[in-house]
Amino acid sequence: MRYLPHTDEDRKAMLAAIGVNSIDDLFVDVPPQARLLGTVELPKRKTEQEVERLLSKMAAKNVPASDVPFFVGAGAYKHHVPATVDHLIQRSEFLTSYTPYQPEISQGTLQYLFEFQTQVSLITGMDVANASMYDGSTGCGEAVLMAERITKRKKSILSGGLHPHYCKVVQNLAKFGGSECVTLSPSTNDGDVCSGRIDETTACIVVQNPNVFGELIDLGPIAEAAHRNGALLIAVVTEIISLGAIKSPGDSGADIVVAEGQSLGVGLNFGGPYLGLFATREKYLRQMPGRICGQTADADGRRGFVLTLSSREQHIRREKATSNICTNSGLCCLAFTIHLSLLGERGLTSLAAINHHNACALADVLSEVDGVEVLNERFFNEFTIRTPQPSVDVIEKLASKGVLGGVPVSRLLPDHPDLSNLIIVAATEVNSDDDRETYRDRLSEILT
Amino acid sequence: MNRNGRTTTPFGLLKKDPSKSFTGNEGLEINEPLLFEVGRTNTSGVDIDFPASLEDRLGGFKRTRPLGLAGLSEPEAMRHYVRLSRRNFAIDLGLYPLGSCTMKHNPRLNEKLARLSGFGDVHPLQPLSTVQGALEVIHVLAHWLRTLTGMPTVAMSPKAGAHGEMCGMMAIRAALDARGEDRKIVLVPESAHGTNPATAAYLGYTTRTIAVRSDGTVDPDDVERQLSSDVAAIMLTNPNTCGLFERDIVGISDAVHNAGAFFYCDGANFNAIAGLVRPGDLGIDAMHINLHKTFSTPHGGGGPGAGPVVLSEALTPFAPLPYVVYADGQYQLVEHEGEASVEACPFGRMTAFHGQMGMFVRALSYMLSHGADGIQQASRDAVLNANYVRAGLEDVMSLPFSQLRSMHEVLFDDTFLKGTGVSTLDFAKAMIDEGFHPMTVYFPLVVHGAMLIEPTESESREALDQFVATMRKLVNAATSGDRERFIGAPRFTPVGRLDETRAARQPILRWTGNADHLDAAE
Repeated sequence: MRYLPHTDEDRKAMLAAIGVNSIDDLFVDVPPQARLLGTVELPKRKTEQEVERLLSKMAAKNVPASDVPFFVGAGAYKHHVPATVDHLIQRSEFLTSYTPYQPEISQGTLQYLFEFQTQVSLITGMDVANASMYDGSTGCGEAVLMAERITKRKKSILSGGLHPHYCKVVQNLAKFGGSECVTLSPSTNDGDVCSGRIDETTACIVVQNPNVFGELIDLGPIAEAAHRNGALLIAVVTEIISLGAIKSPGDSGADIVVAEGQSLGVGLNFGGPYLGLFATREKYLRQMPGRICGQTADADGRRGFVLTLSSREQHIRREKATSNICTNSGLCCLAFTIHLSLLGERGLTSLAAINHHNACALADVLSEVDGVEVLNERFFNEFTIRTPQPSVDVIEKLASKGVLGGVPVSRLLPDHPDLSNLIIVAATEVNSDDDRETYRDRLSEILT
Repeated sequence: MNRNGRTTTPFGLLKKDPSKSFTGNEGLEINEPLLFEVGRTNTSGVDIDFPASLEDRLGGFKRTRPLGLAGLSEPEAMRHYVRLSRRNFAIDLGLYPLGSCTMKHNPRLNEKLARLSGFGDVHPLQPLSTVQGALEVIHVLAHWLRTLTGMPTVAMSPKAGAHGEMCGMMAIRAALDARGEDRKIVLVPESAHGTNPATAAYLGYTTRTIAVRSDGTVDPDDVERQLSSDVAAIMLTNPNTCGLFERDIVGISDAVHNAGAFFYCDGANFNAIAGLVRPGDLGIDAMHINLHKTFSTPHGGGGPGAGPVVLSEALTPFAPLPYVVYADGQYQLVEHEGEASVEACPFGRMTAFHGQMGMFVRALSYMLSHGADGIQQASRDAVLNANYVRAGLEDVMSLPFSQLRSMHEVLFDDTFLKGTGVSTLDFAKAMIDEGFHPMTVYFPLVVHGAMLIEPTESESREALDQFVATMRKLVNAATSGDRERFIGAPRFTPVGRLDETRAARQPILRWTGNADHLDAAE
């Protein structure tokens, strides 16, 4: 076995040094009835070449985003990632290191986490950020629990524009944690409904912007209504590049910002690993879940970084920990940080502008198709169309014609037949004029 | 300060010291400033131009304020992050014997395969007809996990060990709810990972501590005493955090089931027994599997991980959404309650999409490479290596639990340092100067000054010999009064011992360096 260094002679010599006759003598504490006789019924080992062939065959059964005109979004986005990013994150010292428990030999990881926290604070317009969550949806669940701890209230409101999967994750946590979770009915423009639903029993309201249908929401009035009632506004961002073009949630009065960072550096990966971003106001720092990196100094006054405020965490607090999260998405943080430092303010602003530009062009092109209606007036790089046929069929037919045209709303919300002709369509910098025209032409063929 | 684009003076070099170089660098050891000190808001390492004609359908929400994000050109970025990387220890650099964290070789084949565009470049919400291969990976990996654990069902979506633990405990709660039982207590041994009591508390349970016997294993009599009709579950780690196999586990699981409770097993240490013992045969109802530990997906500074959970027959109906089913030659994904079969009663959704696909590919690549025979051999070698280190050190270090054999990790304590003036932490820091990552220290909490060493199966005999010899020299130095070596350690690192108290008392969690930076962006 190529990953195991010992020869049989090594093993014999080592057993002799231990003072036992066979490896089985080291397993004497395993009760006989618990021990497996023989091997499990699974294939024997394969060479590198064989494994590569087998998995490549499986990979070839999928249609990669880069191979087709691609417009699928709704929480995960196809963006171009510079080659430098993937090269750097594969450096052994980053890829094969562990949680920086020994800061003196983990300054590489700790410094990029500090840079990451700074970038996340800046981009969200908040005071402090943590060193990441598993993904946007689990971060959203943690944010709701954090708001309940801060307000000592047990009711949260989820806006109708929050990604339905995020709703499910939060509802699940609320159900087991014994709190109440009110989910407003889905609507393409739900911003105005939210403010009216907040009262003095509300811990928080969770609003996604742009929402899952792509519509831009005015967070300002919702923040005001929340604060008037002693509640918190949790702003959710699934497309982080939008913050290169639109006002930050911090500037709109959000108390906690939760975002999916996948768009920068991470790639689609069929849903994971992704990168949860989490930022809040300074006054709520000690209620923030997750790992945090902080700056300090050594005895000679040299700047250095350490994991800090761990007294909130479960390895110290056990039953009283602020969260269940025990890790962070370290390598995904690194990819995000490198990609964002390559973009810089100028690059991010331009990238966001191109995304918006391409989405506007796509909306115009798709509107040319008979019977297709674009539902949004204000959007960033994603919008919703209504088609005369059920969207699941339309998307399936488009796929058979080589176009991945978006997400049928009924896949996310099967219990809402009134929404079954809607498709969420995303445009990014990877789409060309040709891609858009191909989409329009194939859609016309299907609908006529 | 930074308007000219030149690096500012690194923080630590303000001190005048004639023995230091002008730059503060020491040959190949380069002091790298923060991104925000080297970067500029008007620099970009990506060629993107603002579109010439810009439509604005942002509805008045356009950003008007600069963010203050620093940018680097591509060569600057390359240098910045390569320099940072050199300030890290990694398994590819040397022995990393962090007990319970399992730092073993990370094969690069896994990296190559996870990056195939058919895996890395597919969207979780593409039509299922276009992702049959991705669903196949999940299905095949699930089969391997079920077979290795001897359990009928696996929930693939949890994103890390602690997340999987929560998933398993949620399934237990859902099963109890379905029986109409409102049990309030979860039993957790005092040696457990902090995640166990945290998870139980998170789900509204009160935890009761189970005592550890003098041999380091859970006391089955204490379990019997504490079991009642109010106990929902017991959470055990096996092999446990002292590196020992819970030899009474079958009896404990019988007692737990007789009391109508469930048996949760923390699978953090599954790598000791994979291919040799099936948790299903021990009577376990739910166990998470840290794919990153047992199946070597890289830790990357601590994450991402992946924590699929295997479930017993009793918990099978409650597996969370989504899950893959195979029928009529097609893979399908059950994403909603309404699509599930009649007998299924999924409790909810752990995460937005389908779990850590990138980790699934890596783990499957690792499993296929080992095969059933290789996985068994890897577990045996992990146990062999831990016991070899134990044999090499037990006469000079102190073993708190010596009655039982060690499994894949060996637990020492700091009794051997008594009277030397060298603390456990000092000892760990001195290991850094010898080129080793320290072992896990101060955990588990059941012994004073714990030192938990896990060499893993990927270390050669030569590497272990060198490690043992060095450790013996360090022990000798400590006991013979060479305190200096320890108190000042580590010496050969980019920074010395850092003031962790100050970091927590006066938190600085982001760069706020200079206001000029934001001004420059205006």
